[in-house]
Amino acid sequence: MKDYLDRTFDLGPYVPEEDDDLIICRCEEITKGEIRQAVHEGMFTMTEVKRYLRTGMGLCQGQTCGRLVKNIVQNELNKKISAEAENTARAPMRPIPMDVYGKEAE
Amino acid sequence: MGNIKCADMIVIGSGIVGSSTAYYAAKKGMSVIVLDKDGVIGNGASSRCGGGVRVSGRLEPEIPLAKYAVENIWPTLSEELEIDTEYHRSGNMRFAFTEEDLPKLAAIKEMNAGYGVNIELLTAEQARERCPYVGETVTGAAWCDIDGSANPLKTTLGMYRAARKRGVQYVTGDAAVEIQVVRGKARRVITARGNIYEGEHIVLANGYGARALANTVGVDFPFRQKLIEMFVTEPTKPMFQFMVGAVGAAGGAYGHQTEHGSFLWGGDSGYEHHPIFEEDAKCIQQTAPAISRGTMAFFPALAELKVIRTWAGWIDLCYDLYPVIGPVEEVPGLMVAAGYSAHGFCLGPVTGKLLAEVAAGETPCVDWKPLAYDRFKSIF
Repeated sequence: MKDYLDRTFDLGPYVPEEDDDLIICRCEEITKGEIRQAVHEGMFTMTEVKRYLRTGMGLCQGQTCGRLVKNIVQNELNKKISAEAENTARAPMRPIPMDVYGKEAE
Repeated sequence: MGNIKCADMIVIGSGIVGSSTAYYAAKKGMSVIVLDKDGVIGNGASSRCGGGVRVSGRLEPEIPLAKYAVENIWPTLSEELEIDTEYHRSGNMRFAFTEEDLPKLAAIKEMNAGYGVNIELLTAEQARERCPYVGETVTGAAWCDIDGSANPLKTTLGMYRAARKRGVQYVTGDAAVEIQVVRGKARRVITARGNIYEGEHIVLANGYGARALANTVGVDFPFRQKLIEMFVTEPTKPMFQFMVGAVGAAGGAYGHQTEHGSFLWGGDSGYEHHPIFEEDAKCIQQTAPAISRGTMAFFPALAELKVIRTWAGWIDLCYDLYPVIGPVEEVPGLMVAAGYSAHGFCLGPVTGKLLAEVAAGETPCVDWKPLAYDRFKSIF
């Protein structure tokens, strides 16, 4: 993602919400409140939220929670930033045991 | 566009080196602006590396810096940044797989001894006594107690967060393209979007990109890019915490088990110098299999562990494989910290402290002269 972003804007205070303890990323057990707080701590992109909290880093690689996380991040940013990139998809598509991966040369 | 902004220090690059420099400078009361061409903070090597925090196996000129970092920075960095960096001084085991490679381990021991860093040579049996998972093909190992690892993602973003808390301004997604000298001093940074940033100090902490920027004021460093790849596995039970590496031809792989339980492994397949793209780092299909085989040679018990994600990144490879750090004396006001050649994560925070001290006119915590930019004389 190469969108221009001057990160000096003020998001206002973090205001707790009733459903903050909802689990959004099931693989890594990350809640909505944690994601909202991360945005207030300066994590303004999906990649930063992921690296900060581990959302989408589990076995499903964000295939389940990706869109939910994106919506929460966008809402929290008050739509100040419109171009919010998705999580980057990477190989392998499904988890592969090392001894299967390692047979490439045979 | 076309803004002009001023600060005491302008840092190019928001990774572990740039953010650390910004943080320590802000702590000294300086105003700092950090620029990054990427839209994501620390999206280069800082977020793609293996997280090694080690002194052993380094080249001589960088050992004092690494030693200072491991003794004085890393033990308290989590408290300093108010984030769990997952730093563990859990040791480093470096394997050999042939009899011919054993003298290489002895040479590492001898070189490090000169800097007061103790390395212990282990037979294959002794290595297996320390860790029952060590494979049968290992012929010996070198053990360094003061090495360890940390979480590079949390450390880099923690440094960014701490710098922002101290008032550092970050601008991402705008590439610095030119440094301008005003009245004999590096003073202005021009970006691709036509913005202008002015500062008393300009710090190049943007890896390989530092070369092109330094070129705009007539200074050059012999850097090139090299592709490097890693993968992460599913989490498993805690098995061992130490870092793992190797010497010799079989020495491609390196890694460790993270606090999360997953294993992080990196390594080469031999195709790194022929990347698919020159810009975007993309995995080469042979590499993850090569890393898998390397890992299984170290620890056969990991064979059934599943790989869940692979990624690639660029390292800024310096000609002599250690970084260029410190002020550029020909161009007052310009400082550089780049060319880490894949050894940068451990050195990032200490480099930031050092450059902030230089900028403030203080005696730096480590002498940067052995790492200076003007060490590259003609080879032939």
